[in-house]
Amino acid sequence: MKAPFYVAIAMAIGLIVLLGYFLHLDILVNLRVVLLEWAVILSAVALLVGTANLFYVHWRKFTSAQPNGFYSAVLIISFVITLGVVGWFGPTHAYSMWIFNNIQVPIEGSLMALLTVLLAFAGVRLFRRKPNLMSILFIGTAILILFATGPLFGINLPGLSELRAWIAQVPAVAGARGILLGVALGTIATGLRVLMGADRPYGG
Amino acid sequence: MNQLELFGLIFVIVFFGLMLALAILSRTRPVRQFREIPAFTRLRHTIGLAVEAGNRLHLSIGRGNLTGPQSAVTFVGLTVLDRIARSTMVSDRPPVVTSGEGAITILSQDSLRGAARAIGAEFDPLRGRLTGLTPFSYVAGALPVIYDEDVGANLFIGSFGSELALMNEAGERAGSLTLAGTDNLSGQAVLYATAEEPLIGEETYASGAYLGGGAMHIASIRAQDILRWVIISLILLGALLKLVGVL
Repeated sequence: MKAPFYVAIAMAIGLIVLLGYFLHLDILVNLRVVLLEWAVILSAVALLVGTANLFYVHWRKFTSAQPNGFYSAVLIISFVITLGVVGWFGPTHAYSMWIFNNIQVPIEGSLMALLTVLLAFAGVRLFRRKPNLMSILFIGTAILILFATGPLFGINLPGLSELRAWIAQVPAVAGARGILLGVALGTIATGLRVLMGADRPYGG
Repeated sequence: MNQLELFGLIFVIVFFGLMLALAILSRTRPVRQFREIPAFTRLRHTIGLAVEAGNRLHLSIGRGNLTGPQSAVTFVGLTVLDRIARSTMVSDRPPVVTSGEGAITILSQDSLRGAARAIGAEFDPLRGRLTGLTPFSYVAGALPVIYDEDVGANLFIGSFGSELALMNEAGERAGSLTLAGTDNLSGQAVLYATAEEPLIGEETYASGAYLGGGAMHIASIRAQDILRWVIISLILLGALLKLVGVL
């Protein structure tokens, strides 16, 4: 009997939030605001639970001597130190900001740099995996936009920046809008399925 | 209520009505086959192989906020999890789920628990994991799962940005199938170049129907198709009226 109960609650709350968005009746709007505030609070609690999960997964990996358990030990030590510093001094204290600016930001920046190299490599590999017209168009456009955005050796080919502007403003926008239209319809369909109880990403 | 909100409400009601009508009609009329999406054909094959060969499936649901617009694609990821968990939970190596948001981690554990309970299998809560809270820390945390846990196929369905390329690359290096879909435009461009089986645009949202969803999943795909043609017609009509100077 639990599942129908969960479904009824989820459907009722979903319907109130949806109607509160469209119909500006005081009772619906107030209920919607309260329910969304609850959702934000629950998300914050879920964040704490998730962080505990992260810690426990790596603790188990380290203590059960799984492959690359050393990295889990590094994560656990970093986690405890960061939690101690931020918890004791506060998130905006100089020590907390030092950890953020000198450890977190450089590591994420390095991954971003790695990503650019990897994307260039993936572009070349795309030809091998899918040697078709769409791949040629995809890579050709990417190279054209790159050359027009940052000219090699400062050489500006005539008409290149105009071509870049045209690609960015006409075919790219048309394609993006087509994809976004599909995404929007898919989003509404998924929302309605959850609202009708056909999709139940809750309640086991 | 302004004009835009009224139009939005009418659109949602029409969508809802169409879905209901098509779901009822599908009970009496035979349903036409969907067009083939190679990613789902390969996925069904891989799920079967994974169960037989004792490989693990890795599903990553991204870091979309459940209270924001990315929640829909996150729900799609959870629906896919529900479908594959029921068919792979009997394997020696049950699926592992990674995410970058606390609420998604809890919901993924809940889906795994439900699937385990349905077939009487043992449930391990650590099969649903939070790997990081920022885009790159999430990806960095998911990479060891791809490399170290005998993963046969990776499914990345959720809200991802361009960082998804790092996970696709890891899947390719580990020799496992990577199927990916996201709601993010730059993420879709990146996965076209890096994923073995990319899902573009609304294909991601069709996952439930292609993985054996019920009548409502199929009806929602049909309703999307009908409304897409209505919107295309309206855009063309608008362009034509603008061309002749009426608008």
